[in-house]
Amino acid sequence: MKVYTTARTAFRALRRNPMRAMLTTLGIVIGVAAVIAMMEIGAGASAALKKTIASMGANVLVVRPGTASSGGVSFGSGTTTTLTPEDSQAILRECPAVRNAAPMVRARTQVVYGNRNWVPNAIYGTTPAYLDVQDWSILAEGEPFSDRDVLNGNRVCILGQSLVRELFEGESPVGKEIRIKNIAFKVIGVLTPKGANMMGFDQDDVILAPWTTIKYRVTGASLANTNQSTVASSDTVNTLSNLYPTTQRSLYPERSKIQEANNPMPVRFANIDQIMIAATSSAEIPMAIEQINGVLRERHRIRAGEPDDFNIRDMAELTKTLSTTTMLMTNLLLAVAMISLVVGGVGIMNIMLVSVTERTREIGLRMAVGARGRDILHQFLVEAVVLCLTGGAMGIVLGHGGSLLVKFLFKWPVETSPAAIATAVLVSAGVGIIFGFYPAWKASRLDPIEALRYE
Amino acid sequence: MELITLRAIEKTYQMGDISVPVLRGISLSIRQGELVALTGSSGSGKSTLMNILGCLDRPSAGEYWLDGQETSTLSGDERALLRNSKLGFVFQSFNLLARTSAIDNVAMPLSYAADNLSEREARDRAAEMLVRVGLGDRMDHHPSQLSGGQQQRVAIARALINRPPVLFADEPTGNLDSKTSEEVLQMFERLNAEDKITIIMVTHDPKVAGHANRMIRMEDGIIQGDAPPANQGVGT
Repeated sequence: MKVYTTARTAFRALRRNPMRAMLTTLGIVIGVAAVIAMMEIGAGASAALKKTIASMGANVLVVRPGTASSGGVSFGSGTTTTLTPEDSQAILRECPAVRNAAPMVRARTQVVYGNRNWVPNAIYGTTPAYLDVQDWSILAEGEPFSDRDVLNGNRVCILGQSLVRELFEGESPVGKEIRIKNIAFKVIGVLTPKGANMMGFDQDDVILAPWTTIKYRVTGASLANTNQSTVASSDTVNTLSNLYPTTQRSLYPERSKIQEANNPMPVRFANIDQIMIAATSSAEIPMAIEQINGVLRERHRIRAGEPDDFNIRDMAELTKTLSTTTMLMTNLLLAVAMISLVVGGVGIMNIMLVSVTERTREIGLRMAVGARGRDILHQFLVEAVVLCLTGGAMGIVLGHGGSLLVKFLFKWPVETSPAAIATAVLVSAGVGIIFGFYPAWKASRLDPIEALRYE
Repeated sequence: MELITLRAIEKTYQMGDISVPVLRGISLSIRQGELVALTGSSGSGKSTLMNILGCLDRPSAGEYWLDGQETSTLSGDERALLRNSKLGFVFQSFNLLARTSAIDNVAMPLSYAADNLSEREARDRAAEMLVRVGLGDRMDHHPSQLSGGQQQRVAIARALINRPPVLFADEPTGNLDSKTSEEVLQMFERLNAEDKITIIMVTHDPKVAGHANRMIRMEDGIIQGDAPPANQGVGT
């Protein structure tokens, strides 16, 4: 028996009792509608949740210089001076898994405005990319500094909310000048409040400025005072460092004493304190780490087998939270979906069993005129599947409508998911086959003589 | 030509530990083009014999040759195919599909036929069949909109749609009044005469049996009489 004929027979049989077919399929309609609505609303919620967690820095990586050591004395993490702003640019350019990268220098010093002063938690010298990396691009007021400001070393800055409170007592700081270590900075923007991070560190107690300005004007860091190890070892004659020279490479050609005397060049060696990197997504973090590792090792000319002169840290805790949350949401939605579909399926099975009993004579007749058991099986199975698919289609429309309603009425984030729709269609067909099989099998096993005599 | 040949057919039903013999050695042969009435009191085994003849049931013992084919050893599916292609059934209670048009009722057996007719061919053939039974103007009527006689004629059209050589009628006039009964019986006679269709009717009504040209009387599972009916020609 052809598929088309079978489907047509099934449609006819259903049309003979449209009211009952409607009521039967209502279970599936509600089930699928619930699945679609839950999936879409849940996906929206999950996406919003993911975004929130991501904004806490789940896909942020921090590259810090490695440990400098001299004569067996380690100076702790971040003491080598090999990390440069060019590294940051190279990472952004060469690593596909990296969305953005911002070089950073840090300072901690007094800030003065009028007769008030304050020592912020951190003064960060960076590039505009920092705001993107930290998901902080929307400012409360004013605008961020530009790449040009960074190139020129302009004395501009953006203030965090805590500084506005402490120095300006709530009045707008945009356009005012503050002094950092007696250098005047023009305030051009105010950050939105972010509160404390997970470590209790007040993220609003921060000043952002071009890294060039902070490095060369505020900290005035030169080679002499940033890299104490090499300076210390070269100045002192009576150490073992000549016997056991440090592995530190000289970054500039050695100058003679006379040269140094003639040209006391202020060394403007642009080493930075760290690079903040945003991966394209939290799933891409391991990939990003690998790529960054490759780029930096190549740029720093580190031979295979030699240890890195930098280290990369990720927010493993946040990433884990993120994946756990996502998984939890998915499973929850799945459980709800399954329950409603099983309920709908039992409804279908119930009505199909009633239908088989009610149509016993019809089955007997069909067998008498030549239907084989398998024809009858197909007919009832197709009927159940048609019921379920029709219900599924109506459920999709209803569920999608419902989630749109939620979106407009409650401003709940909703995400249309084609996967959910495909799943709903497949599952409703599956429910039809699974729960339609037993009644159909029962029908196909009827004895034609008995069935014809059935009253 | 022998269309149907039965040799020592036996049928025994098993009721728990007791075996109930219903048919006890039936041998008969029916030639093509015969109009046979199968009569007997209730419990005589005529329905059981009918089921076996109609390939709905299998005999416990014996041979049943239908159109040159031994059927008692066929599987269920093979018998279904045989029913579809070689046999037509008309029932006492018509057994039409409710809320289905006459033409779709008639075309229904075609969907189980081995030769796959297109939708259009199937409808054409069903329409032709309905015209033949005189219902050309009622093709899209549902059974509830037809009289008993018309319903039975739809059933006859359905039975003949696959052009079977044999037509079985189980008390075909049982639910009809005498006038429509007469119409249906005349239709049987016409089909028998014009199309050489072999018709086997089960009936307990002597008047119906009178339309046949051969009457087989059953009693207690065996054939008691096999002769042209005594009142041949009286009914017509």
